[in-house]
Amino acid sequence: MSTATEERAPEQAFAGPRRDILNRGFAGLSRGAAITILVTLALVATFLVKEALPALTANPSDLADQVDWLKDEPGRSLWPVIASLVFGTVIIASLALAIAAPVSYGIALFISHYAPRRMAAGLGYVIDLLAAIPSVIYGLWGAFIFIPAILPALEWIERSFNWLPFLRGRVIATETTMVNGQEVVTQVFSVGTGRVALSAGIVLAIMILPIITAVTREVFLQTPVLHEEAALALGATRWEMIRMAVIPFGKPGMIGATMLGLGRALGETMAVFMILSPWSIPRFSVSVLEPSAHNTIAANIALKFPEANSMGVSALIAMGLALFVITLAVNMLARWIISRRSEFSGAN
Amino acid sequence: MAKRIDVNNLNAFYGKFLAVEGVSLSIEPKSVTALIGPSGCGKSTFIRTINRMHEVIPGARVEGEVLMDGIDLYGTNVDPVAVRRHVGMVFQRPNPFPTMTIAENVLAGIRLNNRRLPKDQAEEIVEGTLRAANLWDEVKDRLERPGSSLSGGQQQRLCIARAIAVKPDVILMDEPCSALDPISTLAIEDLMAELKENYTIVIVTHNMQQAARVSDRTAFFNIAGAGKPGKLVEMNATSVIFSAPAEKATEDYISGRFG
Ligand SMILES: Nc1ncnc2c1ncn2[C@@H]1O[C@H](COP(=O)(O)OP(=O)(O)O)[C@@H](O)[C@H]1O
Ligand SMILES: [Mg+2]
Repeated sequence: MSTATEERAPEQAFAGPRRDILNRGFAGLSRGAAITILVTLALVATFLVKEALPALTANPSDLADQVDWLKDEPGRSLWPVIASLVFGTVIIASLALAIAAPVSYGIALFISHYAPRRMAAGLGYVIDLLAAIPSVIYGLWGAFIFIPAILPALEWIERSFNWLPFLRGRVIATETTMVNGQEVVTQVFSVGTGRVALSAGIVLAIMILPIITAVTREVFLQTPVLHEEAALALGATRWEMIRMAVIPFGKPGMIGATMLGLGRALGETMAVFMILSPWSIPRFSVSVLEPSAHNTIAANIALKFPEANSMGVSALIAMGLALFVITLAVNMLARWIISRRSEFSGAN
Repeated sequence: MAKRIDVNNLNAFYGKFLAVEGVSLSIEPKSVTALIGPSGCGKSTFIRTINRMHEVIPGARVEGEVLMDGIDLYGTNVDPVAVRRHVGMVFQRPNPFPTMTIAENVLAGIRLNNRRLPKDQAEEIVEGTLRAANLWDEVKDRLERPGSSLSGGQQQRLCIARAIAVKPDVILMDEPCSALDPISTLAIEDLMAELKENYTIVIVTHNMQQAARVSDRTAFFNIAGAGKPGKLVEMNATSVIFSAPAEKATEDYISGRFG
């Protein structure tokens, strides 16, 4: 058997043309896929910039004349509108995330580390089903069932906490009363019909909960048994084990899952549209309980697009560009957070 | 403080499968006890019953008694978490927490009981423990690096440091050197010889020379066949087991005539 190998030339002994072709083929394929993504991203960015340019470079008064939703704006300028929409988008998406992320992590941990096996499977299935419900359904449910149901609670929160600027309704009247011979003016606030940023945030939270839960559950299940047992053997309780081994190990995945949820919240159109009914002009209101004060970029585009003329479309695309920039910035921030501690990721 | 362990009539199950049957033995304090035997005879299963890690596996359970200085670790009022704080464990594959620094790994167990450890005290413990684990000189300049940046042998000594940092009474080691090179193995064997001054050590090993080198007493486990439970064949002073075992099966195994 040794003679056979000796007779073969070294190049021949180590050559593997077939495997080499497959290898290169696959490398090429995956490189191609990566490049396709980059190219798509670049094309989208180029498209947005190109189409937004007419509105961005137009003389403000010309623009206001041509775009009917700018006509009634006090400043008759595009930038404040975009800014207020960015503001509304960020507020509503942050609310959704602030509610959905902790709840999702909790459910995911429960499914992966607490629930008995059969219950975990059932719960996971229900969560996946929730993810499959179209957003129109969430919007309808939010507008006709959920908001009327929570309206008393919103009113109660407003009444109890309206000394906090961000939990104050809209001023609908002022009352003047006489106290010790002095006139005292008090404002009367209202949350209206409950179509406020907080309601939109809650419904969005319910919408993004399944995706965050599903992804974090998978991440938590990937925790090496080796590290879980290391924690337990040190005398950690189950919760301490989760804090020591599961969460640190899953952190990059948790951030990734949260970004997926945020992406959905930032881009959500129908649900926000149906819940906020955003016909009024958005304002820079810090209060999440002020009715008709906020709107999001995506919902606003959906609202204005059907009746827009060419300059109007350009102005809307300028808003889309702003959304694109926000999304990109948030994702880069997330990447940076993950990479900062990549040495400690356990990936090696 | 080193403690003695007496195991009485212990059975360990995985669901319905009886993996270890009827083990009774005693482990002396301040000594090294080696568990040897062919693969699958239940050495890992048995050693994990001593710190109640066996029951961590879904469906796994234990019958019988494990007495530590007379107290039954499976008694009704005993909290497995508390047991594990007294009985430390080192695993076959080095498993420092990859998300923690070297120093944090050493302190991991201590931080469970004592969240607010003053910085100087923490540094003292890190240095003392790493010295005790014969690792200080190799890592003192990179305590803030991840534990996973060390070599396998260093990682295993870090795991030993992590286990001894909480000052357990007993340290269990399940084939701690099987993933290591000979030099790292020697380093750990030296370490065991030092640690037995203060601790009760139980080690599972596949390596007969290692058992002969490091242990005071040796227990030989065997299995009648696949699907049968593992049993303790005999236990005695290591010198006796390796020179004049009472059982034929033991002699066959240590002389390599194991079928
Ligand atoms: N997690 C487990 N679930 C079910 N059976 C197991 C598990 N771990 C080990 N066993 C079984 O228990 C027996 C003893 O295994 P083990 O204790 O790992 O042996 P050893 O460490 O001596 O090689 C083997 O038959 C093995 O298949
Ligand atoms: Mg084993």
